[in-house]
Amino acid sequence: MSAIYILWLRELKRYTRSRVQLLASLGQPLMYLLVLGFGLGPVFQRAGQGSYLQFVAPGVIGMTVLFSSIFSGLGLLWDRQFGFLKETLVAPVSRLQIMIGRTLGGATVAVLQGLLVTLVCVIAGFRPLHLANVPLALGFMLLIATVFAGLGVAVGSSLQDMQGFQLIMNFLVMPIFFLSGALFPLDGLPKVLGAVTMVDPLSYGIDGMRAVLIDKAHYGAMVDFEVLVAVAVLFIVIGAWRFSKIEI
Amino acid sequence: MIRVQNLVKKFGAFTAVDDVSFEVAEGEIFAFLGPNGAGKTTTIKMLTTLLKPTSGAIELDGLNPEVKQNEARRRFGIVFQDPSLDGDLTAEENMEIHGVLYHVPHKVRRQRTEALLKQFELWDRRKDQVKKFSGGMKRRLEIARGFLHTPKILFLDEPTLGLDPQSRNQLWTHVKKVNEAEKVTVFLTTHYMDEADRVAHRVGVIDHGKLVAQGTPQQIKEQTKTETLEEAFLALTGSTIRDESAGSADHMRQFAKMWQGGKR
Repeated sequence: MSAIYILWLRELKRYTRSRVQLLASLGQPLMYLLVLGFGLGPVFQRAGQGSYLQFVAPGVIGMTVLFSSIFSGLGLLWDRQFGFLKETLVAPVSRLQIMIGRTLGGATVAVLQGLLVTLVCVIAGFRPLHLANVPLALGFMLLIATVFAGLGVAVGSSLQDMQGFQLIMNFLVMPIFFLSGALFPLDGLPKVLGAVTMVDPLSYGIDGMRAVLIDKAHYGAMVDFEVLVAVAVLFIVIGAWRFSKIEI
Repeated sequence: MIRVQNLVKKFGAFTAVDDVSFEVAEGEIFAFLGPNGAGKTTTIKMLTTLLKPTSGAIELDGLNPEVKQNEARRRFGIVFQDPSLDGDLTAEENMEIHGVLYHVPHKVRRQRTEALLKQFELWDRRKDQVKKFSGGMKRRLEIARGFLHTPKILFLDEPTLGLDPQSRNQLWTHVKKVNEAEKVTVFLTTHYMDEADRVAHRVGVIDHGKLVAQGTPQQIKEQTKTETLEEAFLALTGSTIRDESAGSADHMRQFAKMWQGGKR
């Protein structure tokens, strides 16, 4: 138990210490929120969909949690490069505990980052319809974070070095983001796109947040919750299995 | 304490460790010597559960590290050849994580951390992030960390690389102390033959993955009819300079490795 705790704490310490990184990671969500939020606002309004800022804010929060959690999982590659991974792998602690500590740490950091962006969204004019539902939205953030921290560890364990990073970024992370309905409504999509969005776990996370925050759901909060829990369990199991196979 | 029989490790077509067998008795200091790329680190990685052997048997304190990984890990400590610190954390925090991972009780952990950081002259800098340390300081911290818990077997993979003579002296004095006082078995590699001659009870010489000689430093010298261990080493392994990384075939393999994941 103490091993899980100390590795969780390590992720948190690293997060709070790299202020530059913290600020840098706010750049992208801000751009999507402000540029798209205000830029596409009039068109969205004319299409009879209401405020785009209200609509896109949960998407931007989801995006932040996605990036933050998947990168924390991939942080494994840095630890491999700088050697710290070895130190944990030879310790008399099961790999499962190490993996859980890292994943929980990464997920916690991702949720903190998500909360920070939520705050920015509120400052920009985002207003949740039900304040009482904010804890539920937090729950969805945590689920998104767990799903993708698990995926990050699974992918990070399977790569040998940072060379594959760009590949992961372009063919995994960005598609997950763009196909999640973070930026557009999922109703009435063309068949193929609709089908693809249905297999993207993030679309359930963002849908869940929209369901509880702005009353706009495509799948419904309960379905979202069930799918996310199932996928989280699946990815954690795969992540733990890949992690246990690491050789250095 | 350590028993290795017909150990083989292949990376694709390349055989890094080729049919190596040796034994290290309890309380012994064994120096594993060899030129660059001879297979020393690969052997240590197999002994410390970081790599799985292609074939052959390993026993650590009677346990097979492939099957009883955690049991085996409980028995050893290791100082790696290359860095393994977390640069974003402070020296103290690095020690703390190590202590927690190795189940050192809180009180003992604090006492020993203080004693070790003082011994390796890092105490004043304990609150500084490790990435601000010089190369020598990082090395000293790695070594101090390695001594935080008392293992049955201590692996030291080129521990004196990049250390000044003062720290080197501290290190070997400490190694001898724990070896004598607590009967810790020590398995070390080094490129400094005089060090091996001074501290090791027995040495093994590995070249191109094969163990070419083993015995006490005295026996090795007699066997090769030389005066010093360095001359003996050169007599056994020749004087050509080794190259660890090879040509484009290796790069291709590295690329393939990325896709195969952990299998390599």
